[in-house]
Amino acid sequence: MTAPLTPVQEFLVERLGETVVEAHAFRGDATLVVARERVVDALRAVRDEPWRFEVLVDLTAWDRYPAEPRFEVVYHLLSLKRRERLRIKTRIPGHDPTVPSAVSVFAGANWFEREVWDLFGIRFAGHPNLTRILMPDDWEGHPLRRDFPLTEEPVEFHGHVPKVPSQIVPRVGPVREDP
Amino acid sequence: MTLARETLTINMGPQHPSTHGVLRLVLELEGEVIASCQPVIGYLHTGIEKEMENRTYHQNIALVDRIEYLSSYHEELAYCMAVEKLLGVEVPKRAQYIRVILCELNRIASHLVWLGTTGIDLNVSSLLMYCFRDRERILELSEMVSGQRMMPGYFRIGGVAADLPEEFPSAARRFLEEFPRRLDEYEAMLTDNLIWRRRHEGVAVLSREDALAYGVTGPTLRGSGIPYDVRKAFPYSSYDEFEFDIPTGEHGDAYDRYRVRMEEMRQSRRIVLQALDRLPDGPVLTPDRKVALPPRAELVRSMEAVIHQFKLVSEGLHPPKGEVYAAVESPRGEKGYYIVSDGSNRPVRVRVRAPSFSNLQALPTMVRGGMLADVVVAIASIDIVLGDVDR
Repeated sequence: MTAPLTPVQEFLVERLGETVVEAHAFRGDATLVVARERVVDALRAVRDEPWRFEVLVDLTAWDRYPAEPRFEVVYHLLSLKRRERLRIKTRIPGHDPTVPSAVSVFAGANWFEREVWDLFGIRFAGHPNLTRILMPDDWEGHPLRRDFPLTEEPVEFHGHVPKVPSQIVPRVGPVREDP
Repeated sequence: MTLARETLTINMGPQHPSTHGVLRLVLELEGEVIASCQPVIGYLHTGIEKEMENRTYHQNIALVDRIEYLSSYHEELAYCMAVEKLLGVEVPKRAQYIRVILCELNRIASHLVWLGTTGIDLNVSSLLMYCFRDRERILELSEMVSGQRMMPGYFRIGGVAADLPEEFPSAARRFLEEFPRRLDEYEAMLTDNLIWRRRHEGVAVLSREDALAYGVTGPTLRGSGIPYDVRKAFPYSSYDEFEFDIPTGEHGDAYDRYRVRMEEMRQSRRIVLQALDRLPDGPVLTPDRKVALPPRAELVRSMEAVIHQFKLVSEGLHPPKGEVYAAVESPRGEKGYYIVSDGSNRPVRVRVRAPSFSNLQALPTMVRGGMLADVVVAIASIDIVLGDVDR
């Protein structure tokens, strides 16, 4: 875990100063955890010369429930010029799940952020069209949250007994109350 | 007096043969010209990522097959590589080569489906029959190795499930010897075909800048002239030991993407032949008993093997706490897995970085200002798999 920082990590630590919470390279994946106010600054700083991390390969999140800060939003960047990957993360509390949108820096962040909003309920401030993308528009809740249990939908087939609540027991969190 | 300009909004899909699955496009038309295009996705969302959080690392191999279902071997490879990276496990050389052979054959099979379905979209329906004839040969090879034509479930964390059957190398060679002639036939039929060219050239142009901004990868990105291929940029599974070229286009139109994929099939054949020639001897699964099941024969002799077997089957493996990202070059682009582990036998989060998702996001840019009929070509040319888009 104590591998030396890569040059781009050092650059960002210097540029963002105190707002860098953590820097490590577990299994060789250079990772930086940044305060959420500075995450867009960080993305923009490494996108431009000389680093050219100009491809936002992936933007996702995961739920640390019941720990706080609850969510971690993860940005995977790629520099074609340097043949290098960089992971930038930010942690946000469960009571205020909001992050500044990265659409102004990477156009491709648009759908990724919609997906994260859809599945985790994390809001992206400044997103042009933050609507559900994978789940139906009238869906309630955000399924990839850890306290959203894995249930089966009752399917109306003759002779089929629907298993609700699910027999697959979720590891954490309360069982969703059936309406 | 000015004429009122009215636009017509139509739905293309979700049930439309040329959307290659269940994709809906809300198109705003000015006459026959696309004013705006808004893809609506999610019809095939199955919650695989959620499902994976509730299963052990081994069980998930069966699930990942079903995401990008035309290239299951790549899907399995990406997932296994991510778990192996998390565990810090070495994969034996022979297993790495076997993985390369199957992945490259799978790439050819997947590109053949793309070519055949593009043919159907453009009313060259005989092409589909030819392509599926060849693809059938690859599926037979897959069946020979894994028992399954699709959804093989053949790769394991730390290697592959079983060694190649004895008759496999010769059968694979027989196919690969015939294959270039077939490709030549298709190219003779299409590459300089007037209709084919008119439908493809200058259609659905994607500039380098847009391709990068949207995170487009795979043949779609290389068609726009950027030679990024995960196999070359971040070699995995011994890809650095094979000679192959990365074809690129210049104009970023559908025709360039067609040329890139045709050439990729030839390059894949080259890689498989090299791998078959130099296939090393040795085990096909890591000897680490905390990761991979012990061989059957050992179970009758060794108590320890029985314990390992029992622990792995009943509980699964426990990777260390941490997070990793591993990516492979699937036929559609960069297929990545981001796995977060808390040290227990089930992942906390498995994120599937889907190339089709990013590539589809660039579609509105490609079709805007073009003709309605060209939307069909645009969708075919980015070769999306809706299972991959919606997961």
